[in-house]
Amino acid sequence: MRTYQTEVLVIGGGATGTGVAYDLAQRGFKTILVEKRDLTHGTTGRYHGLLHSGGRYVVKDPKAATECIEENRILRRIMPHCLEDTGGFFVTTPWDDPDFGDRFMEACQATGVPCEEISVAQMLREEPLLNPKISRCFRVPDAAADSFLATQCVAEAARQYGAEVLIYHEVIRVIREGDRVIGVVCHDLVKDEEVSILADMVVNASGAWAGKIAHMVGLEVSVMPGKGVMVAANHRVVNTVVNRCKMPSDGDIIVPVHTVAVIGTTDQRVADPEHFAIERWEIDLMLEEGDKLVPGFRQMRMLRAWAGVRPLYQETKVADTRDVTRAYTLLDHETRDGVMGFITITGGKWTTFRQMAQVTADRVCEKLGVERPCRTHEEPLPALFESDRHTANGYHYLGARLTDIESHKSYGDLVCECELATRAVVEQAIRDGNAHTLDDIRRDVRLGMGPCQGGFCTYRVTGLLHLWRQTPVTESNVALRDFLQERWKGLKPVLWGAQLKQERLDEFIYLSVLNADHLPGEKASRLGPVMYEEEVNNE
Amino acid sequence: MRDQPIWKARTEPTTTPHQPAELTLDQCIKCNICVTACPVTAVTDLFPGPKYEAPQGGRFRQETQPSTDHSIDYCSGCRVCNMVCPTGVRIAEINARVRAHMVKTGQIKGRARLRNNLLARPETLGKLGQPLAPLTNLLLHNTLGRWFAHKLLGIAPHAALPHFASHKFSSWFRKHTPLSMVTRKVVYFHGCATEYYEPRVGKAAVHVLEANGFEVLVPPQNCCGLPLLSNGEFQAAHTYHEKNIHHLVKYIRQGYVIVGTSTSCTLTLKEEAPELLDNFSPEARLLAENTYDLSEFLLLLWETGDLNTENLRPLPLTLPYHPPCQYRAHRLGIPSLELLQLIPELQIQLSQAACCGVAGTYGYKQEKYEIAMRVGEPLFQFVRHSRAPLVLCDSETCRWQITRATGLPAIHPIELLAAAYGFPAEEPLRTVLATYANNQVAVELH
Ligand SMILES: Cc1cc2nc3c(=O)[nH]c(=O)nc-3n(C[C@H](O)[C@H](O)[C@H](O)COP(=O)(O)OP(=O)(O)OC[C@H]3O[C@@H](n4cnc5c(N)ncnc54)[C@H](O)[C@@H]3O)c2cc1C
Repeated sequence: MRTYQTEVLVIGGGATGTGVAYDLAQRGFKTILVEKRDLTHGTTGRYHGLLHSGGRYVVKDPKAATECIEENRILRRIMPHCLEDTGGFFVTTPWDDPDFGDRFMEACQATGVPCEEISVAQMLREEPLLNPKISRCFRVPDAAADSFLATQCVAEAARQYGAEVLIYHEVIRVIREGDRVIGVVCHDLVKDEEVSILADMVVNASGAWAGKIAHMVGLEVSVMPGKGVMVAANHRVVNTVVNRCKMPSDGDIIVPVHTVAVIGTTDQRVADPEHFAIERWEIDLMLEEGDKLVPGFRQMRMLRAWAGVRPLYQETKVADTRDVTRAYTLLDHETRDGVMGFITITGGKWTTFRQMAQVTADRVCEKLGVERPCRTHEEPLPALFESDRHTANGYHYLGARLTDIESHKSYGDLVCECELATRAVVEQAIRDGNAHTLDDIRRDVRLGMGPCQGGFCTYRVTGLLHLWRQTPVTESNVALRDFLQERWKGLKPVLWGAQLKQERLDEFIYLSVLNADHLPGEKASRLGPVMYEEEVNNE
Repeated sequence: MRDQPIWKARTEPTTTPHQPAELTLDQCIKCNICVTACPVTAVTDLFPGPKYEAPQGGRFRQETQPSTDHSIDYCSGCRVCNMVCPTGVRIAEINARVRAHMVKTGQIKGRARLRNNLLARPETLGKLGQPLAPLTNLLLHNTLGRWFAHKLLGIAPHAALPHFASHKFSSWFRKHTPLSMVTRKVVYFHGCATEYYEPRVGKAAVHVLEANGFEVLVPPQNCCGLPLLSNGEFQAAHTYHEKNIHHLVKYIRQGYVIVGTSTSCTLTLKEEAPELLDNFSPEARLLAENTYDLSEFLLLLWETGDLNTENLRPLPLTLPYHPPCQYRAHRLGIPSLELLQLIPELQIQLSQAACCGVAGTYGYKQEKYEIAMRVGEPLFQFVRHSRAPLVLCDSETCRWQITRATGLPAIHPIELLAAAYGFPAEEPLRTVLATYANNQVAVELH
């Protein structure tokens, strides 16, 4: 069995785990990060895309609000190229309590979240599609965040400090010696073999899976998976993050991220962080709520739906997951359960991942008896792609890719036409990145994320993968099928109107013309997507 | 079905809300039909194609951000993409609005902008140039003049600039004595080309309308603004559009409709100006909803039995006809073809070419001239192979482009129709008809 020896092992390649690995490596620890799929495979890759100003929590959870605004300022400094400085609005629609605005303003002041009321006329000048019946509007420093890119950048920074990032390594057993965790055994999904990793300290940063990992140690950690559904509209319906000015609930935020506008979310308890359905009522609700903010939203083309699970830690069980605090949880299993060499970090928000990583690394230092200060809030993160260098005051902006393509006249070289991913960036992702599947390339360069959902790029990128990796034809075929299946996963819930037409065309291309279903090779691979479950029919 | 005769204006504008062109990008299913049909993409790598520019690029544009577009300026605005799009994306309009944004944000500036502004103001050019026609024609059409225009302004030295006419259409019209048998009235929108360069087209239109019992009214009017629209100069175009609304709506309110012989002017009044300028005032709607292209109008008359076809003489000629892209953009089929087919013994060879290339002012520009000529090549081939003495086309700039490329004179279909009604033809049709008559005599003598 392949064996690694390290100081700290981090489980979970989401924002938190990657952040922990980076922080530790920066402090000089020999660090390994393991992730069972690709980085951001978990909630980090299925979230809403909002860098919170804290506004959402000012009334309900002031502690979380203050954490958010502090981290908001830091992330704007260290990773502006992963953020879009959209700004945010909190708006009072006719469906919202008109008095909430005053409470909101006061709470913003109390928590330190900058907030300014603007006129509805000004709001409509900036966002003409918003509901003209909105009565009040508050401006806050929300922003849009690309968690794929951010996590890649953090991982790259970790590597630069010597950390090792092992993707497609699923922890299947935890090795325990008496009262001490001394390592784990992983299944390397690519090579299909077992690997053991011995470490002085194991950090469980597996988000909604944290309970499962703790269970492998023989510990009881209750993390309730709270599913949230999001739906992306085909274009940027708004260019500002728009929140309803009311107590947080379902479908009350639209976030403009890259080329789409995402409405979300719901909050439903599910039994398992990976196996659940997107239900029809959830989509309906998103459209209905979206229509309140942007009249006509319901009729617009929806690209795709997806769902993530909130890792909500709970010592005692509570029925409504929304009432659980968003502030993160750090569990020191030595003090909690008498098990050494093992700590768990879960909960929180994407926005606060850096702070979560910091307190986790602080605890690791403490446990290992060394004192090394955190520097992640000071050091800017590296840019990965040439096109990331087109910025607006350092921030990413919507037109960046178009600018890049236009200035290099590289429009003849597009692999993904919808998201303007050129052959050069796709090849970079295949060669330099750790891409094993087409979906990994997607996360790196936004391949297949536009209106046609892979209709015109899947066969192209399969060819490139084949070319650069020299994969056997059967494997290339499976890679193509896996990716089509993965795209199909998010399309099924929104199959009507223009997206249905689109999918028919894609179906003709792949099933009728290319016969993708019957090409030689396995039907699907181990690395393929986990599909949403079929909806349970309650009638 | 309409409940009143075609020549009676609809004085109540519609109120259907309109959707900005940009929102139609949601309809794109990436099928590439527009890319395969685009005549510009086919001949140059400088234009990545309609799909890339409008529905794709459109998802990356934001009003408040600096414009990052360059390649979109190579869209000629021919609207072939709109016509072939199976899902209704208003590609050409999206492109035109992006170009306007480029102008507004200073992306098109300096010499190019000056040149575009000159080319886009046929009315001003006509007012200045026509009165001194022999001199200005000499200046514009000698090698030295063209060399200067090329070097100073970037106007392609071989582009098909028109010749100023010796007299304006409106001067002729003032002196013209109408036929007395009038039963109904119609307003004629002549456009700049008829006014300053080809008054013969307007005369033919007046003759044909009068032969059908119409009194023709020619109120003051301005450039429709299309050249400005297609050069992204929306502010100036808006001023012209408002002026035309001011001039024309009072006639519509009296119950008269507007007919025009320039297919691009009529398209502008009907939909391009309101759509591009977001001008959907009741007045703008009235003008849009009561404007007809002349062939469209005459064909509608024919459909209700209101067109005088008894007096049409046979013209046993075989002539090529090119329906300009601007006309196909009206989405009316090919009304001029149907109309011409009413002329006994006339044989029409229908062009299948997408575009002549010139696209208004596009082909005059030095950096686009070659592209325009390549776009037009299939049409030029077709015209050359026809071995006909002249070619028919509804759009003035297309006519000039065809003549420039093939050496064959080009006329508006209405001129042929007027001749069929027995009105005296002007050059170049006169010579063709005379030659034909001589041949007839020669044949008969044998
Ligand atoms: C619907 C929704 C919307 C949200 N929107 C926002 C937002 O707009 N802004 C914001 O700030 N926050 C948002 N959040 C919260 C935020 O997304 C999460 O808090 C954050 O992404 C959690 O990151 P994480 O790294 O802790 O967990 P995850 O991203 O879930 O990472 C855990 C990782 O562990 C891996 N793993 C699991 N088991 C194993 C194993 N056995 N071996 C190896 N690896 C394993 C998983 O594959 C996964 O990649 C949202 C959450 C949800 C659910």
